[in-house]
Amino acid sequence: MKPVVTPQEKSLELLFEIGCEEIPAGLLPKAEEELRINLEKLLAAEDLSRNVAVETFSAPRRLTAWVRGLPVKQADLELEVSGPPKSVAYDAVGAPTRAALSFAEKQGVPVSALYLTQAAKGEYLAAKQVKVGRTTEQILHAILPRAVHDLTWPRSMTWTGLEGPRFIRPIRWVVAVLDGKPLKLTVAGIAAGNATRGHRFLGSASIRVRNFLDYEKKLHANGVIVRSTRRQEKIGRELEAFAKRGGYRIHEDSDLRKLVAYLNEYPTVIQGNFDPSFLSLPDEILITVMRDHQKYFAVEKKNGELAAQFLAVINSDKDARGMIRAGHERVLRARFADARFFWESDQKCRLADYLPKLERVTYESRLGSYRDKVERIRDSARWLTEQWFNLGVHQARVAEADRSAELAKCDLATEMVREFPELQGIVGGLYARAQGESDEIADAVYDHYRPVGLDDPLPRNLTGCAVALADKLDSVVGCLAVGIVPTGSSDPYALRRASLGIVKIILEKKLPVSLSLAIGAAGKALLTHKPKRGVTPDQESKILDFILDRARFVFREKEQFAYDEVAAVFRAGADDLVDTQKRLLALRAIRKSRNFAPLAVSFKRIRKILEKAGVTPGADGRVNPELFESPAERELHSAAHAAASKVQSFKRGGKYQEALEVIAGLRPVVDRFFDGVLVMTEKEEVRKNRLALLAQLLGEFTTIADFSEIGGEERLA
Amino acid sequence: MKVKVKLEGKRPGLTFQDLILELSRFWVKQGCVLQQPYDVEVGAGTMHPETFFRVLGPQHYRVGFVQPSRRPADGRYGENPNRLYKHTQFQVILKPSPVDVQELYLKSLGALGIDLKKHDIRFEEDNWESPTLGAWGIGWQVLLDGLEITQFTYFQQSGGMDLDPVSVELTYGLERICAFLQNVESVYALRWSVDKTYGDIRLAEEQQLSEYSFDGSDAAAIRSEFELHEQQAKELLEGFKGAEGKSRERYPLLAAYDHCLKCSHLFNLLDARGVISTTERAALMARVRTLACRTATSYLQQRGGSETALGVRA
Repeated sequence: MKPVVTPQEKSLELLFEIGCEEIPAGLLPKAEEELRINLEKLLAAEDLSRNVAVETFSAPRRLTAWVRGLPVKQADLELEVSGPPKSVAYDAVGAPTRAALSFAEKQGVPVSALYLTQAAKGEYLAAKQVKVGRTTEQILHAILPRAVHDLTWPRSMTWTGLEGPRFIRPIRWVVAVLDGKPLKLTVAGIAAGNATRGHRFLGSASIRVRNFLDYEKKLHANGVIVRSTRRQEKIGRELEAFAKRGGYRIHEDSDLRKLVAYLNEYPTVIQGNFDPSFLSLPDEILITVMRDHQKYFAVEKKNGELAAQFLAVINSDKDARGMIRAGHERVLRARFADARFFWESDQKCRLADYLPKLERVTYESRLGSYRDKVERIRDSARWLTEQWFNLGVHQARVAEADRSAELAKCDLATEMVREFPELQGIVGGLYARAQGESDEIADAVYDHYRPVGLDDPLPRNLTGCAVALADKLDSVVGCLAVGIVPTGSSDPYALRRASLGIVKIILEKKLPVSLSLAIGAAGKALLTHKPKRGVTPDQESKILDFILDRARFVFREKEQFAYDEVAAVFRAGADDLVDTQKRLLALRAIRKSRNFAPLAVSFKRIRKILEKAGVTPGADGRVNPELFESPAERELHSAAHAAASKVQSFKRGGKYQEALEVIAGLRPVVDRFFDGVLVMTEKEEVRKNRLALLAQLLGEFTTIADFSEIGGEERLA
Repeated sequence: MKVKVKLEGKRPGLTFQDLILELSRFWVKQGCVLQQPYDVEVGAGTMHPETFFRVLGPQHYRVGFVQPSRRPADGRYGENPNRLYKHTQFQVILKPSPVDVQELYLKSLGALGIDLKKHDIRFEEDNWESPTLGAWGIGWQVLLDGLEITQFTYFQQSGGMDLDPVSVELTYGLERICAFLQNVESVYALRWSVDKTYGDIRLAEEQQLSEYSFDGSDAAAIRSEFELHEQQAKELLEGFKGAEGKSRERYPLLAAYDHCLKCSHLFNLLDARGVISTTERAALMARVRTLACRTATSYLQQRGGSETALGVRA
């Protein structure tokens, strides 16, 4: 098939708009993007996308597409239809037979238009057919409803009944105009037309439009800014203007800027004030109320202190009489008054007094209450700090870790956290500080939920790290022990996030932690305190694997180690993540050296030989030099012996790269061994001796990284 | 705490009772039946049988009513200017949902004297759910200058049943709207009538019922009441299975529902008393939900053939 070249005199422009009741602001950016992708795909499938530009826009009550460069119609396609073979189509004198005549008739062409074409099995009669392209208008009737229908939403609804359309919110109008002409199509049971609607209160409810630019201009006059980028710019300009005039600066919040741009069709910034006496409340609480609950921007003075003003974004062009401002101020006042009430009433007793109340807050039915969890966290936090202290981390203080763990969850029983759950930990830290606990303890309580994500900050001090680790270990060990295993996207106890937190804290703070011992300690706490459950060795190793899985992810994705490097180093053990990281760095440094790759191949060969012979690397097979038959064996044995002691001493000093260089230096003797020695020889004694030599070699020289994992099929890029 | 309010001659904004009258008048003009509050304790207007049952099944229906709603845990001994043990909702059910329902709703605000052009009105995503009723919907909270004044919901399920056609539920928070209209800071300062304040009428009730639900109630007794009501609801629902003919038509499923509502309120009392853990909380809610869902299913079976709801001929 090839397109028939017909000069297309002009290109068409499409304006398409789905008018809705207010779509949730958080979903608009993705919907806008998805609508563009859907249109591009559907146009491409119809061969209409060659010079086409698709742009999409959205505002709370509309999703809009602007498509330029559409052809008037699809290109005509020339097809070749083949008929009977030449031998059947023509008689002896070359005249067309009945078969040829009826083929011509069937194809609706004169016999003279038939021609012969060469196919694999010989020559055949053929006819040309032209498939006339459909008009773009016809095609749009089918694909525009489809582009809308194919949008995905986290939770759609029906507004008429079960048989009715489904969408994120009810669709109320549709605009579809192709080069000034309204298209006759239906979306969600609504006939398209050329009339859009303006802002609910600033514009007309019916505005006729001819094309996108006309639409954009008229909507602007009717209180709707179609492009979110323009809305965000308007918000930005006005925020800056207020900041300049007021001599303060915006408490920066790019997520909020984006959100308010999608919450309003005509955003306008207004300034409100609040009673400065509320500034005695902690900034965290004031900002949470303003930001999360009211979607206001907090502002701060030059010295970084919060100012008694806020900036709100309204969906209107002005607040001429200050009535809107007064309303927002009143709402904020009530919210702040509530927060102050909680701040004061919560602190009528001390933070520690909330501990007994945690008995009523269930963590998980089989793992008991938060009161039980606290006791377990205390044990593990004490154990961790003790370990650290004994390993020479002198600022590790057991008593402070214990106190912080005791207080860490108390805020869950306070009114403030009940009202503002996103402030858990933070509220506890603030109360602890206000009640005279040391900075170390208050910060530890404040920080112990950190890190929440891959880029979230870590706890600021060592005590906070101990409590954070103890809390996360308890969650992972406890949940996995009772059979709560994350699957796919379901991870209700956020165990993957907890494991990631464990890995990040250990790695980035360079803490000496044996993961298996730490899991053991958390398991012991689970047995000592309620629910007094044992963790089996098998479960412990599964838990370790679960955490190491996150560690592999961090090393690969965040630290950019190659797949096989991580595999090689983890095969040699990864119980101590800081040490693991050192070994990874050494491996990465040395793998480019001359000897490395061939040696890796040899090690792979050794592993295969041993596996085949059923010998475990490092197994206690004695090597008997008496049984050596060739010099290559003797050479390898003595070279390995000499290298082993050097490697040992480098390893002890943490000099992994030097140790790896020594191992890589074995390459020539290993090569000579394989060149001159047949391992699987007939004589059993000799064979066993050779296998023992290789087992020793592999066992001794793969404790930093197992080279046999390097390269090969599994290696990515 | 004593709340003193000085009344100044003529102040702008509707009184609390005029607000109710205006909303009633507006929705009656839109073809709503004006119903009365339900006489069993409920936590929200949705629990009124005029909502719970009417949204089920195919019959078209429009109704509006005031519903005082008890939320024991929200009580503040009459000392907090915004939080109440019992607040007042005005609820409207429009079945099926009209295409211009948002415009109708906005017109109702206009009827209360709110000049929409001079305010910041916003529909912000808020999907509503009542786990004890097995009900949920999709919609918004309506914000007036940042103040949440209405819950606007396209009902998707009630009693665990998919709804067809879909009803719209509008729930106006009357105290908040009234405080906005009268521009007062404390709910107790609202003018209920020309010469009485909200505090005059309701403060004692807030004080006493907060006192009871936080400090005075007997948790053990409430637990056994819960069991009793649950038992009766179950027995009634069980009995419906065997009922036939005329006795099936007249079978008192509505009484089973009343017991279910009692359970819901008793659960709220236990919750306010702080005697239930999170796990038990979920378990108790599931028990109430089971009653509500079974009642809804039975109700539809009872009404099935005749295509009527609550005995109203279609």
